[in-house]
Amino acid sequence: MLFKLGSLLMKPGAKMALLAFALVFPFLAANEYQVYVMASAFVWAIAVYGLNIITGYCGQLNLAHGGFFAIGAYTLGLLTADAGWSFWPAFVAALVMTAVLGFFVGIVSLRLKEHYFAIFTLCVGFIIYLLIDKWEELTHGPIGVRDIAAPSGFGLVDFTETTPFYYLVLAFLVFSIWFMGRLSRSLLGRTFIAIRNGDELAQSLGINLMRNKVLAFVLSTTYAGLAGALYAGMVRFIGPEEANINHTFDMITYLLVGGIGTLTGPLLGTVGIVWITQSLQFLEEYRMIIFGPLLVILVIFFPRGITGQFLTWMHHKAQSLAPGKKQKASKVQTASAREAENNA
Amino acid sequence: MLKVEHLTKMFGGLAAVNDVSVDFEAGKINAIIGPNGAGKSTFFNLISGLHQPTSGRILLDGVDVTCMPCDQVARLGVGRTFQTTNLFEQATVLDNLIVGHRLRTRSGLWDVLINSKRLQREEKAARDKAMEALDFVGLNHVAGQFIADITQEERKRVAFALALATDPKIVLLDEPAAGVNPEETEGFAALMRKMVDNGLTVCLIEHKMDMIMSLADKIMVLDHGEKIAEGTPEEVRNNPVVIEAYLGGDEDAAA
Repeated sequence: MLFKLGSLLMKPGAKMALLAFALVFPFLAANEYQVYVMASAFVWAIAVYGLNIITGYCGQLNLAHGGFFAIGAYTLGLLTADAGWSFWPAFVAALVMTAVLGFFVGIVSLRLKEHYFAIFTLCVGFIIYLLIDKWEELTHGPIGVRDIAAPSGFGLVDFTETTPFYYLVLAFLVFSIWFMGRLSRSLLGRTFIAIRNGDELAQSLGINLMRNKVLAFVLSTTYAGLAGALYAGMVRFIGPEEANINHTFDMITYLLVGGIGTLTGPLLGTVGIVWITQSLQFLEEYRMIIFGPLLVILVIFFPRGITGQFLTWMHHKAQSLAPGKKQKASKVQTASAREAENNA
Repeated sequence: MLKVEHLTKMFGGLAAVNDVSVDFEAGKINAIIGPNGAGKSTFFNLISGLHQPTSGRILLDGVDVTCMPCDQVARLGVGRTFQTTNLFEQATVLDNLIVGHRLRTRSGLWDVLINSKRLQREEKAARDKAMEALDFVGLNHVAGQFIADITQEERKRVAFALALATDPKIVLLDEPAAGVNPEETEGFAALMRKMVDNGLTVCLIEHKMDMIMSLADKIMVLDHGEKIAEGTPEEVRNNPVVIEAYLGGDEDAAA
C-alpha cells in the first residue's frame, strides 16, 4: 500500500494529477473558507520551499525565515497602504528588499557554522520582530498595517475574491516548485548538497563555501519575501505577529514532516499539517497533545519525513526487482562493517 | 611537484607542525607515517588549504599556494580524501559523485533558470567524469545503489572516486586503508599503484606498516610535529630515530 503511494508520487502523471486536483479544488470545496485555507496553505508552502533551499539542501538551519516572510509582507503593505504604490510594483519591491537584506544578513551570519549560525539567525529573527513592533513611525507598531492593496487584475479578474486569489497563489506555487525542481537536479543544487554533507569536504572539492551559502540564503529569503508579499495581499491586514518566531518553527515542522531536502516534502508537509490543524480546531491549544507525540514518532522513525521515506522505499523496491539481488547481502555487510568501525 | 619549505603551524603555544621541509616527487607514492598526534592530518590540512600555516611556504608545480583558500587549491589540482567521508546516504553513489567535477564547471543561477546549453553540457561532462571515476575505482556495479546500502570498503572507494572526479594532479589520502580487512587493503594498494600508473602523484597517511613498506617510494616520518626521518622504506625501517619514536621499533605494535 505504502509502496504504491510512493510510486504514485514519483511518476510524472502524479504531478499532473496533483495539479489537476489543485485546479478543480475550488469547485470541490464545500465553502469559500476551505478555498481560503488552501490558498493560505499554498502561501506557507512557498515560504517552506525557501527554507528547504537553505536548510534542506544547503544544511544551514536558518531561524530568521519567518522574519524575512514578515519583511516581504511589510514591504508590500507599507508601500501600498502608506506610499500609495499599486500592488505589482510593490510586489517586485518586496522581492528585491528580501533579496538585498538576505544578502547582507547572509554575508554576516554565514561566517558562523552549525549551532552558532542557528542561534545568530534566531536573534536576527527576533530583531526583525522588535523593529516591526517598536519602529512605530514606519510600521505603525502593534496597530499593524491596514488597507493593503490587493493584486490588481488589470480589469480582467478581481483578486479580492477568494477563488481568483487562490489561482494566483497556485500559479506562484507551481513556479516555485518548478524552479526548485530544476535547481535541485542541477549542478548548483548538487553544490548545495555537497555543502550540507560537510564544509571541509565541499571545500576540498573546490567549492567556494561563502559564495554558495550566500546564494542559497538569498534564494531562500526571496522565497520567504514572495510568500510574505502574497500573504499581505491576501489578508490585507498585517501586524508584528507575522514576524513571530513561532511561524519559523511552524515552517520547520512542515518541512520535517513533509521531508527535508526533498522536492515534494514542503508541499505535502504544509498542506497536510494546515488541514490537520484545521480539523483539530475544536481541541484548541490541546491539539498539541496530538501533534507533539506525532512529531516525535516521525522524527524517530522517518527522519527524512514522508517524502524521504517514500523515496527510500521506492529505491529499495526498484533494487530488489533488479537482477542480481545483492541488496540484502550488502546491507548485512554494511551493518557488520559499521559495527567493526564502532569497535575500533 | 609539491615542495614544502619550513612549514610551521602553531595552535596556541603548541606546534602541531614544526619546520617541516619536504619535496614530493611527481608520479611517486609518498607516505607520511608517525605516531598518533604527530601532526600528519594537520600537515594535509595545511597543504590543501583548510588551515593557514603560521610560517613557511608550499609550492605546487612552482606556484605558491601557501595562503590560498581550500577551494582554489583544489582547482589547481590537489584532491584529497578524509578519514571519514560524509556522503548523502539516501542518494545513489553516482549522484554523490557528480558534484566532484563541479570545480571545472561555471554554470550559475541564471543557467539553472533558463536551462542553458552550457549547463546541459557541463552536467553531462560532470556525469561522464563521475562514471569515469567510478570505473577507475572499480565500482561500476554499485553506481545506482544508495550510499547507505554499500559496504565500508565500497564507501572508501567512493571517497577515492570523488577526489578523482576533481581532475587532480596530486591526491592526498588520509588513512585510506583504515578499518578494512587485509584482503581489501591489498585492493587499495593496487588502486594507488593504478593511480600512479595513470600519471597521478599520491601522498598518503597510513598506519598499516606492511602496506606502506611494500607500497611507498618515499616515506617521511613525523613525530611531535617534526620531521624525524625521510627516505626509502629500507632507510626508514633501519633508522634508529624512527625505531625510537615507535617504542622499540616493533612495527606491528604501531600498526
